[in-house]
Amino acid sequence: MNSVLRTLKSNPITRSGKATAGAIILLVFIILALFPGLFARKSPTAEIYTRNLPASAQHLFGTTGLGQDVFAQAVYGTRDVLEIALGAGLASTLIAALIGVTAAYLGGWIENVLNLFTDIVLVIPLFPLLIVISAYMHNSSNGVMIAVLTFTGWSYTARQLRSQALSLKNRDFLAAAKVRGERAWYVIVVEILPTMSSLLVAAFLTNGLYDVLFASSLQFIGLGDPNSTAWGTMLYWAENNEALQAGYYLQAIVPGAAIALLGAAFALLNYAFDEIGNPALRRVPVTRRRVSFRIASRRLSRA
Amino acid sequence: MLEVSGLSVEYAGRKGPVHAVDDVSFSVGRGEFLAVVGESGCGKSTLLFAIARLLAPPARITGGSVTFEGHNLVTMTDKQLANIRWQNLSVVMQSAMNALNPVKSIGAQFADALAAHGMRSKKLIRSRSAEVLELVGIDKAHLKSYPHQLSGGMRQRAMIAMALLFTPDLVIMDEPTSALDVVAQRSLMTQIKELQARLGFAIIFVTHDMSLVSHFSDRLMVMYAGQIAELGTTRNIFDNPLHPYSRGLLEAFPGIRGPKAQLTGIPGSPPDLSVIHHACRFSPRCPVKLDSCMTTIPALVPVEDTQVRCLLNGADAENHGAHAENHVRLPRTTGRLPGTRRSWR
Amino acid sequence: MSELLRAENLTRHFKIGGMLARSTLHAVDDVSFSIGEREIVALAGESGSGKSTVARLLGRVYKPTSGTITFYGGLRGVVPPGEHGQGESLSRIRSRKHALAYAAQAPMVFQDPFGSLHPVFRVSHGVLRALKLHRPGLSAEQRQAEAERVFEVVGLDKDMLNRYPHELSGGQRQRVGFAQALATKPKLILADEPVSMLDVSIRIGLLNLMAKLRDEEGVSILYITHDIASARYVADRLIVMYAGQIAETGPIEDVLADPKHPYTQLLLSAVPDPKAPPPSLEALAAAAGERGEPPKVIDPSPGCRFRPRCPVSVATCANVTPVLTVHGDREVACHVAKDDEKVRAFS
Repeated sequence: MNSVLRTLKSNPITRSGKATAGAIILLVFIILALFPGLFARKSPTAEIYTRNLPASAQHLFGTTGLGQDVFAQAVYGTRDVLEIALGAGLASTLIAALIGVTAAYLGGWIENVLNLFTDIVLVIPLFPLLIVISAYMHNSSNGVMIAVLTFTGWSYTARQLRSQALSLKNRDFLAAAKVRGERAWYVIVVEILPTMSSLLVAAFLTNGLYDVLFASSLQFIGLGDPNSTAWGTMLYWAENNEALQAGYYLQAIVPGAAIALLGAAFALLNYAFDEIGNPALRRVPVTRRRVSFRIASRRLSRA
Repeated sequence: MLEVSGLSVEYAGRKGPVHAVDDVSFSVGRGEFLAVVGESGCGKSTLLFAIARLLAPPARITGGSVTFEGHNLVTMTDKQLANIRWQNLSVVMQSAMNALNPVKSIGAQFADALAAHGMRSKKLIRSRSAEVLELVGIDKAHLKSYPHQLSGGMRQRAMIAMALLFTPDLVIMDEPTSALDVVAQRSLMTQIKELQARLGFAIIFVTHDMSLVSHFSDRLMVMYAGQIAELGTTRNIFDNPLHPYSRGLLEAFPGIRGPKAQLTGIPGSPPDLSVIHHACRFSPRCPVKLDSCMTTIPALVPVEDTQVRCLLNGADAENHGAHAENHVRLPRTTGRLPGTRRSWR
Repeated sequence: MSELLRAENLTRHFKIGGMLARSTLHAVDDVSFSIGEREIVALAGESGSGKSTVARLLGRVYKPTSGTITFYGGLRGVVPPGEHGQGESLSRIRSRKHALAYAAQAPMVFQDPFGSLHPVFRVSHGVLRALKLHRPGLSAEQRQAEAERVFEVVGLDKDMLNRYPHELSGGQRQRVGFAQALATKPKLILADEPVSMLDVSIRIGLLNLMAKLRDEEGVSILYITHDIASARYVADRLIVMYAGQIAETGPIEDVLADPKHPYTQLLLSAVPDPKAPPPSLEALAAAAGERGEPPKVIDPSPGCRFRPRCPVSVATCANVTPVLTVHGDREVACHVAKDDEKVRAFS
C-alpha cells in the first residue's frame, strides 16, 4: 500500500506540472465519456428545443440550428471522440511497434521489404488519403474511422520505433538472448518492447492527439457519421447552419474548444515522458547558495 | 600556478545530496605532470570538471576555491571564464568521438576555436591549425577530414592539437587514452610528454590505469570516494604506497614479467556517497583497519614528502593504536598460481 | 587432454559499402586453432583484429563464410561426446533442437556489464530463461534451486536473484553473466572481454572466478582480451591475432618469455611495467615511431598484413601470406621467424 501511495505522490507525471495538468484534463474527459448522464440531463439528439438559443440556465451552451442542446451534445460526444482517439492511437502504436521493431531486429530482406512498405505508406499525403478512403467507405461508423486512421497513422511511428530499436539492437542483452537460443518473436516482444515502453507511451499520446484532430477534421467535412454527436460532427452542423455568420458563436466554439482541450491534454502528458527519456530535464530542487551545508542537505532530502 | 583549496562538489541525487568531491586541496606547478588516479565513482572526473568550471546542474561546487594564476575560478563569471578558457587552460575530453563535432571537418573546428578568441585572418588560422597538427604528428591534409574518417588514435591526437592552439599553461586531460589499444596508448603518452617538454605546459591527467602514468607523471594523486587518499611523487607512491587503497590498487595489476602470484584485488565496492558516515570511507574494504577507523574521519597528514589520509600513518598514528608492524606493510599473498594447472619449466 | 573444439580455416567476410561501391571486410581470414578440455585459452589482439568475430562465429551468431568448426564435447540429448575424434560440425546443425543443444554447451559472456543484463527484468530472468530453454525437464522449484546454486558458484548471495540490474555493481553484473552461462552446464564458455569494462580492483576477482570455474566446474574458457597481463594471469595458452589472422600461438609462459612473431614482441614491449625504472625520453621517442595504426582489412592484398609496421620484413613478406608453421607446441605465422631464427623486432 505504501509503495502505491509513494508512486502516486511522486512519479514522472506528478513531478511535471504540465503533465499533471494534462492528466487532470484527460481524466475529466474520461469521466465525462463514461458517465455522460451525470453531467448532461438533457438528451443530445432530441431536436425538441427552440433553435439557436444563446447560453442560458436551461441550456448551458445554447442550442443548435436543429434544436439540440449544445452542452449535452458536447458531453455525449466525448465518448465518440475518446473511442476514436484512444482506439486508433492504440492500434496504430501497436502495429507501428511490431513492424518497426521487427524490421530493425530481423534485418536482411525482411527489413528491406518492411521499410519499403512503411515508406510507401508514409509518403502518401495523409489527409487526401483519409478523405479518399473515408469517402469510399460508405459506412462511417466509429470502427471504420478507427481503421482508416490506423491505416494511415502507423507509418511515422514505425520509423521512429525502428530507429530506436536499431540503436538497441547491438546491446549485449539482446545478443545474450539470441545466443541463449530464444526465438525471434520472443526477443522482439519480451526483450525489446519493454525497454522501449516510455517511447511507446509517448508515441501513443502523440498518435492520440493527431487522431483527435484528424477525426474531427474528417467529421467536419462531412465524412463522419452525421447522426453522431462527436465534436467534429457538431462543427459540421454548425457550418451547415452558418452559425458563425449568423452570430451563434457557441455552436462552433464549444466543439472547437473541446477538441483543442483534449488535444492539449495529450500534448501536456507527453512532457512527462520527455523527462523519463532524458533525466537531464528533470527538475532539480533549487537551494540558495552559501546556505550552511547541513541545512542545504536537509532541504534537499525533503524535496 | 594552480592552487585548489578545500574544493567540494555536490550534486542532487534521488535520496539526497551526493558528495562527489569532498575537501580536495592540491597544487600544480608550472610544467608539472600531475596524475589523478582512481576508480569509477571516486570523483576524479567531477573534480576535473569543477576545476574547468564545466559542471552542469544538478552538480554544484559547494565550497573551496580554485586559484589559477592568481584568479579564483569558482567566483568568476562566464565572460571572464571565456577569456581564460583555451588561452590559458584547455581540456581534452575522454572520448574524441563525443567531443568532436561529427559534422564539421577538423579544420573547421580549429578555425571556430581560433576565431572565438579573436583570430580573424584566415591565413593565420590556416597556418596555426597546420602548425598544431604537425606538432602531434598528423599530416595537415587532414584539416579537411571529418572525425569519423580518422582512426581512434588520430582523433585523440587531433583533440590534443586543438587543446594546444593557444599554447595554454595548463591542459586538463580526462582519460584520453581509454579508448585506445596498448600500442596506441604508449604512442600517445610519449607524444604528450614530448609536447610538454617542448612547450612547457602543466598537465592534470585523470585515469583509472595507474600503470599507464607510472613512467610519465611527476606527482600522483590517488582518490577514493571523493577524497584524496594519497598525494606524492610518483616514484614514492609506487615504491612505497602508504595508503592501503594505493597498495591494493598497485597489487591489482598482474604483471607480464616476473613471477606469477595469486592476487586478491580489493573486494567490495565504493561507498554510497549520498550517506556520509563518520568513519574512514575505505574502512569497509580495508584489510588492515583498526577499530578507530570506523569512528574517525582521518585527516590528510604529511608523511615526509607524501600526504596520506590514513590513521595508520602520520603523527597521530600511535594514538589510534597503530603499531610499528602495522605501518605500511600489508600482507603480500602468494600461493598457488591461478593461471596454471601444470608447472612449467 | 582431449580436444573440445577445433576451428579449421575459419573465415568470415562482411560486405560493406553501398550498392555502388561494394567492398569486402576480411574480419577473420583462415584461422585454425583448437581448445582442449579444462583449459583457458586467451585470444588476444587489438580492436579490429577479429577476436570478437571469432567468438561470435563459435557462438553461432554469425555463419562462417568458409571453414569448419567441430565440437567434440557432445550435444546433450542429441549427440554423444565424440569418441575417436568424432565431432559434430557446426555447419551441419539444422534443427532447432541441435542448435539449442549447442547453445547450452557453448554460451557467451559479454563485455558490457551495463548492457548485458535486461534492464527491466530481475537478474534472475536470464538464468531462469536459460534453464527453461535448455533443461526442460526441471520443475519450477528445481529451476529456482539451480539458479541459487549457480549464483553461489559465482560468489553471489542467493537473495541477489530478486534484485534489478541497476542495483548491482559492474563486477556483480558480470558474475551474473557467468551464472547465466553456467546454468546450462556447458563444456565451454566464450568470454568476450568480460573484464575490460570493470575497475581494475574488481577484475582480479573475476579472473579468479574464471580460474575456479576451470578447476572446480571443469569448464573450458575462451578468454578474449586485449590485455595480455590479465591473459597471463588466468590462461594456459595464448593465441595472438592480428588483422583477422593468427600471428602466434603457444603455452602462455613460453610465448611471453620468448615471443617469436614481431607483432607479439611489439605488444609486449608496449605494456608498461610500473616496477621498472622509467625509460629515458629518447628511448620513448624511438619507440613512439610506432603509432598503433590499425591494419587494413578491407580488400587486402596477399602478403603479410603486419609488413607496413614490421622492421624485419623481407621481400617475401610483400607477396606471400604467411601460414602457421609448427614448432613443438607453438605455432608462428611469419616468414622471418619460421625457420627458428631468433627475431628481435621490438625490445
